[in-house]
Amino acid sequence: MIDIKQNYFELLALPVSFQVDGVQLSARYRELQKVLHPDRFAHLSERERRLSEQYTAFLNEAQTTLKSPLKRAQYLLYLQGWDTLSETSVTMEPTFLMRQMMLREELEEAGSAVDPESALGSLSEEVSAELRGQRQQFEAQYIASEFDSAAGTVRKMQFLEKLVLEIEALEDELLD
Amino acid sequence: MAYSEKVIDHYENPRNVGKMDAQDASVGTGMVGAPACGDVMRLQIKVSEEGVIEDAKFKTYGCGSAIASSSLVTEWVKGMTLDQAAELKNSEIAEELALPPVKIHCSVLAEDAIKAAITDYKDKQK
Repeated sequence: MIDIKQNYFELLALPVSFQVDGVQLSARYRELQKVLHPDRFAHLSERERRLSEQYTAFLNEAQTTLKSPLKRAQYLLYLQGWDTLSETSVTMEPTFLMRQMMLREELEEAGSAVDPESALGSLSEEVSAELRGQRQQFEAQYIASEFDSAAGTVRKMQFLEKLVLEIEALEDELLD
Repeated sequence: MAYSEKVIDHYENPRNVGKMDAQDASVGTGMVGAPACGDVMRLQIKVSEEGVIEDAKFKTYGCGSAIASSSLVTEWVKGMTLDQAAELKNSEIAEELALPPVKIHCSVLAEDAIKAAITDYKDKQK
């Protein structure tokens, strides 16, 4: 059975690291899913079935967290005692915020550009490159145990991830 | 989640959306962001020689509550002195817009933005 006191990395038999082997993650996830399959609990008591549901929820949360680079980064910091999930008001560098404002203005303009698809395409590349850069920076800071700076980088990743989602949403809209 | 009528009103008809020249010595610019939701807010004030806010503009990328909070603040601070504007509390914004608990942080963002704009203006006068 599953030990819910394990951290997500232990549960999915992965080293605690920002680099995650996606193949190994999916393989171990499927393995545990099989163990927890509801059919195996159908004959058991309600209490045990409820437990199996809790385990499944825990497993799914672990898988979702480790699959996403942002959530994985936040979780790594959480394990170090840094909570970047529930913070509401933090000071961000004005130049970074200015840049975020500009990128969002560009997204707005891309929607009404002559060739919105190519405008969106180049914006998407630009943002993805910045996000990749922030991820690399996070990893370096995390490895160096510079958790304060790493938390700052995670905040930047949050803004960029949100923007990526918005770009994708607009791309979908244009395709329809 | 249902937005209050006032939030919807500000969201659909935002007041004072726009941009001022951030280099202008009589303009204070506040830039704030909320990582958890990826919201970005810019709030600017134009201050008279007597220290009264003559005009205010904002631009917010975020949810309806964040847009409404910043829109409301630009309406409120016009005609206020810098000291009066600095005393604005997020709870007043949240109350006016009837924000639910999960959206209180949007009003905090707007309060931070006006404070940042005032600080920026004061720094420029030195």
